[in-house]
Amino acid sequence: MNRAAAWAAAAGAAAAFSVWRRRSGRRAHADLYFDDGSMVSLAAGDAEADRMLAIAEDLVAAARGASAARSAGR
Amino acid sequence: MNAGQALADLAAVSSQIDGAVLVRENGTLLASTFSDDGRSQAVAAHARELLQAARRSSAATGRAELSQVLAATPAGAVFLVRDGERAVAAVTGSEPTVGLVFYDLKTCLRLTDPDTSAAREERETAGAGTSERARERHEREADDE
Repeated sequence: MNRAAAWAAAAGAAAAFSVWRRRSGRRAHADLYFDDGSMVSLAAGDAEADRMLAIAEDLVAAARGASAARSAGR
Repeated sequence: MNAGQALADLAAVSSQIDGAVLVRENGTLLASTFSDDGRSQAVAAHARELLQAARRSSAATGRAELSQVLAATPAGAVFLVRDGERAVAAVTGSEPTVGLVFYDLKTCLRLTDPDTSAAREERETAGAGTSERARERHEREADDE
């Protein structure tokens, strides 16, 4: 019984970790890299990041041929 | 190597890249992987806009010169690499191999820079087997990932 409970707990933890990693990997962000090798990562919600992400979304839409309707409103 | 050939090679070796444009910082389109001119111009315009926004943002940090940008959205990611007056922008899916894409874009810029030894070497070999070598190199790098 104890062994089954331990296995269930381990499997649950692994599944939760997998979901967390997948979600954190997909979170919108903007990374800026500099000539000196340094980098700044701005998460969605930051005003500067949101501006860049909005442009990036328009660029992706344009590249895929979708109508970038939001462009007209910006 | 001319810009169009470099972008064609880039698209051939990097399966993660959906499309790319090579532009000047003023937004002038130099080459594109998109067959549709309107789409190429639209992507180039957005790339210029993104570069300007990134430069404004980086200026506030007081750091060195901006060299690369990654904007990752749920719909896809935009990579931008600049070198002097030129920049290459590429669109990928939402979970790209970041280091590999940046490597490919930097190589593309280097090959199209008339002042670099890499570009001179490419011209000297006159493109014979160039695409094949680039593909083999890319496959080796992908295996190392």
